[in-house]
Amino acid sequence: MSRPKPEPVQVVKQRRDAALKALVEGVPYNQYLGISFERHGDELTAVLNYDDKLIGNPMLPAIHGGVTAAFLEVSAIMELSWSILWDEIESGRIDAETLTPDTMPRMPKTIGFTVDYLRSGLPRDAYARARVIRSGRRYASVHVEAWQDNRDRLIAQATGHFLMPASDG
Amino acid sequence: MEDRKAQIARQFIEAIPHCKALGMTLTEIGNGIAEISMPYDTRFVGDPVTGVIHGGAVSALMDTCGGAAVMSHPKSPAGTATIDLRIDYMRAATPGQTIRARATCHHITRSVAFVRAVAMDEDEARPVATATGSFTVEQPRGESA
Repeated sequence: MSRPKPEPVQVVKQRRDAALKALVEGVPYNQYLGISFERHGDELTAVLNYDDKLIGNPMLPAIHGGVTAAFLEVSAIMELSWSILWDEIESGRIDAETLTPDTMPRMPKTIGFTVDYLRSGLPRDAYARARVIRSGRRYASVHVEAWQDNRDRLIAQATGHFLMPASDG
Repeated sequence: MEDRKAQIARQFIEAIPHCKALGMTLTEIGNGIAEISMPYDTRFVGDPVTGVIHGGAVSALMDTCGGAAVMSHPKSPAGTATIDLRIDYMRAATPGQTIRARATCHHITRSVAFVRAVAMDEDEARPVATATGSFTVEQPRGESA
């Protein structure tokens, strides 16, 4: 019995973290809204870092519904892009260390996005996790949930349908 | 001349920090119709290769415009919050062009307001996105049934 020797942990981590960083930082709007991503294996958690410019109702105060929608959409697109990129870097087809906007796989395009607002967003950090429900050659469907203090008390959820980037060859 | 309801809605919308952050300008409001424009800004780009604005920014514009339309409706007592919002993206907005959203509150009950909206760039004949949404109708305090 023989199997390939596992890669050293730091090699694996560095590759995945470098790829995620290139993906997230390549999108200006992620930076503008203050969205960062935490990674555990291939699982991503999006973090909306609170800022006063995210407020939609100064009287309550509450996060703008448009920010919540944008946060969910960013999370969904990043999850889908990450799932595409993951296969590329883990198979070695793409070198994570030298990723540039030109070598990065193209982003999926949003076809439709439906947001349910469940609770008002409080002026503090929010978190989101997205799940690719179906990923086909042309279309993909993603569900995403966002919360703040309690994982079981969602502030919003959304389902999006996306056009997948054309694969070469 | 704008009526009082439209003035209140205008003041409210123009005081929203996130709308200021996205550079939104209210260009028309009254009788359940609102129009808001958002200039192109490289900070809002969603696809670095094409320079196309992120769908999330378009969502924020549609959501704000829908809320403004509800607030300006003659039968709307006060504030509003989004219950759900569905957006269909027909095409990418042309990079460099202002995006303009126009929302109509076409029906309102004691509790819920229904909205349709469309987003366009300079080529008005081909909309960038359409949206449908429902919003809460907030009764003034002490008057809830």
